[in-house]
This record gives sequence, structure tokens and C-alpha cells, in this order.
Amino acid sequence: MPVRPPILRSLPGGRMDAGAERETAAHITIRSLCKRFENEAVYDNFDLDIPRGLLVSVFGPNGCGKSTLINMIAGLTPVDAGQILFDGKTIGEIRFGYVFQNYREALFPWLRAFSNIEYPLKLLRLPKAERKERVERLVAHLGVKIDLNRYPYELSGGQQQLVSIMRALIVEPEVLFLDEPFSALDYEMTLFMRDQLQRIFVETRTTTVFVSHDLEEAVYLADRVLLLSRRPAQVADFVTYDAPRPRTAAALSDAEFVGVKGHCLEVFQREVRRG
Amino acid sequence: MKRFNFHMFMPFAGVAGFIVVWYLAVWAQVVDPVLLPSPGQTFHALWTGMAGGQLGADFLKTVERTILSTLIAAVIAIPLGIFLGASEKLYRSVEFVIDFFRSTPASAVFPLFLVIFGVGEKTKISVAAFGASLVILFNVAYGVMNARKTRLLAAKVMGASRWRVLRDVLLLESLPQTFVGLRNGVSLALVIVVVAEMFIGSADGLGHRVFDAQQLFQMPDMYAAIFAAGALGYALNLIFLLIEKRFVHWAGK
Repeated sequence: MPVRPPILRSLPGGRMDAGAERETAAHITIRSLCKRFENEAVYDNFDLDIPRGLLVSVFGPNGCGKSTLINMIAGLTPVDAGQILFDGKTIGEIRFGYVFQNYREALFPWLRAFSNIEYPLKLLRLPKAERKERVERLVAHLGVKIDLNRYPYELSGGQQQLVSIMRALIVEPEVLFLDEPFSALDYEMTLFMRDQLQRIFVETRTTTVFVSHDLEEAVYLADRVLLLSRRPAQVADFVTYDAPRPRTAAALSDAEFVGVKGHCLEVFQREVRRG
Repeated sequence: MKRFNFHMFMPFAGVAGFIVVWYLAVWAQVVDPVLLPSPGQTFHALWTGMAGGQLGADFLKTVERTILSTLIAAVIAIPLGIFLGASEKLYRSVEFVIDFFRSTPASAVFPLFLVIFGVGEKTKISVAAFGASLVILFNVAYGVMNARKTRLLAAKVMGASRWRVLRDVLLLESLPQTFVGLRNGVSLALVIVVVAEMFIGSADGLGHRVFDAQQLFQMPDMYAAIFAAGALGYALNLIFLLIEKRFVHWAGK
């Protein structure tokens, strides 16, 4: 059995209606976040709670600051003002994983896939035997069938991104960030990778923040879809999609999926028109 | 049986053509026979010179000087290039000075180095090292500055310290460009060493051999020494390419 973090606590039941019962406590709290780029406010007093143990997709108009948001949460982009906390801790105090869109430039081409995956453990100064054991455990756990003795450039795009995701997961992160991880892959590989990510999520139940520019993908993978407005970005809607997992391609024609996607599209178009 | 593979023999066609044209020129006496010996005479001089003759000794001397000056240049320029490249502001502030001296013909600084180091081995090697180090320095610095930002971010996001980013990412990111610098550097060092051997009171080396043969009108020996110098330049480049392929297997992929 996969080890589940003991974090799927529901809020005190009874008082809650059926929809809110699945709601879990906030893991990431964002308060009064401000960020300006060249005198244009991208975020102005932005507040958000990201629930624990859910997969949250971030979707919005082009240039609204989707990537900027997760980069600020992950500490890659400095904030101008405001506070981002993980159970009251800062990003520097937690373990997290980050998956870049451009796997080609994010992996280390001079290291074999195996060494790429174990690199974060090297930074943690774990002994060699333990690093090896943990990588092997992760590989077995995810059922990955890639020859990890190869160099990244000898792998397909999807395999490279899978190696990136494994490198992010090897530290057993409390939060996993993915910035448009599949947008450089062809459609066939994208479908395959969505299911891989979903499987990983079901196995680990790690709080996941996932930026996507594909609405279908954003809804399909998500427990919650965060819809952002145009700049300065506000929460246009934070839609719940709670179809059971694992979802398959059949879910894409499911009435609930179509309904949620239709609603998201409506909100999105309203925001685009407003600009 | 496989079909005869023409492509494998393509490079030799040029060589054969060159020798044929040379023979024809000698046969038709296009040039004074004293100035242009036949390919046979020349390759005989090359063979006897290289196999135990004076040419072989001069060849080795030039190899030694070229390798030594490139080595000195690399030891100075690689760490300095990484240091300068790691801070783009710092590099921009010294860029003009580097570019200026990189553009200065190394032969123009011979008199200066003669004053400092005197007529001898030190001057030849130091001028060659000076020229090569600027080429290497500039390539290493650019290699470091052009490191993929995503890769640096990836290391940072995994919690790598500045020192680890430098050691684990920047150093390797700059390696392909460093090899470009080393190849250009060794070529330049060879040019400078040969020129130095010709004119700076040298008693040995390929440059000395070419110059001496010309002064004594031993044309086959002169051509033989020129070919030896050409072969050396070609071989040095090839060796560095092979080392590069071996150590920078990921370049361009």
C-alpha cells in the first residue's frame, strides 16, 4: 500500500452541505500578494487558499500571470508585498518539487536519468546506498519502465518529462508545482502523461499546483480549477470538479465534466472579453 | 558483397588531385625547378627528416612549446573565465579590455615580451600563452554567461547553494564552449610559436626549420617542414575534437 500522508482531514462534518464536505483545510495561504512588472500590476492584493491534498489547476487568459503565480508560491520569483505560507511555514522551510515546462533545459544532460533523479538527494547529503534505494523505490512505486542508465537526450520527450517529475518527487515533497509540463509534447504523449500524473497524484495525494493552457486538461486532472481574471489577476472562480479517480478518457464525455468545462469556459470568455 | 563506397574515399580525391597538379606543374616547368621540387623529392625529405632526422626533433620541440603554452593559458584562463562569466556585470566591465587585446596581433607584442623575458624560451611560450589565454578566457566566460537559465533555476529550486550551482551546473554548462576556446587557443598558440621560432633567435622548432631551409635554398626540406607544420595543426585540432566528443557527449543534443 502506498503511504498516504495523514492529511485528508475533512472539516468538522454535519454543519457542512454535501458539496463542501470534501473541502479540506488550507495548505497554502496567500494573503495580500502584490507583484508589479514594469509598472503594471500583475497581482494587487491577491488572496487565495489552496486546499491540502488536492490537485489544483490554474487557468486563465494569456499573460494574466499563471506562471508568475506558481513561481511566486515556489519562491522562484520574488513578491513585492504579501505573504505566502505553507501551514504557517515559508517555502524555505518545506520540501517541494517543481517541474518546468522545458524538460530539455531543466534536466542535466551530462547526468544519466538515474543521477538526475537522485540529484536532490545528493544536495540533502544522503549516502549513496540510500539514494539508490529511494530512486529504486520510487521507480517501483510508479511502475516506470524507462532505462534510467540512459542520458536525457537519448529519451523521448515524454520520458524526459517523466524523469523531471520523478526528480521532483524523490524528496517526497509536501507540495508539487508543475508549470505547463506537457505543452511541449505531442498529443499522444500528452494523453499518456496526463494519466501518469494522475496516477502519481492518486498514489501520493501530494498537494499539487498545476498550470495549464489547455482547459480540457486543466479540468480533467483537477480537483479544483482556479480561474484567473485579466491583470491585475483576481480569482474569477475556483471551481470544484470531483469526479472519481482514476478518470479515463471516458470521463471527457461525462455530463459532469462537460458541465464543469462549459462553466469554466464561460467564466474564461467573460474575463477575456472584459479586457 | 557490399557496393564500393565512394564516400569513404572522397577526401583522398582532393589529395590525389593536389599531387597530380603539383606533378604537372613540375613537369611543365611552370615554376623554376629550384623553387618547386617534385612531390617525390619533398616527401622523401619529409620521410627522412621525420624518421630520425633533424625535422623530427624540430617537430617535437614545436609540439612541446605549443602544448606547454596552451596548458599555461588554460590554467590561467579557465578559472578566470568562470569567475568573470559568473557575474555578467563584472565581465561587461572588462569586456572591452579582453576584446581589445584579443584583437591585437600577438606578433605586435613580441618586442614587449622580449624586453620582459629576454631572447629565449620564455618569450616564445609566454606570447603564445598570452594569445591563447585571451581566446580561451573569452570563450569560457561566454559559456558561463550563456548557461541555460532554466537549468540554473532547476538547481536553485532543488536547494543547491551558489557554490553547488557553480560546480554542478555552470561548470558543465560552459564545457562545450570551453572546448571551442581550447581548440582555437591551441591553433593560435601553434601560429605564434612557429612565428617566434622563425624570428626570435631560435635554434630549433618547425619555424626555425622552415626559415633555415629557405635561407639555405634547401627547397625540399622547406616544403617538408611546412607539411609537418600543417600536419601538426591538423592533428592538434583533431585530438581536441576527439577529447571533446568523449567528455562533452551532450553537446548539441
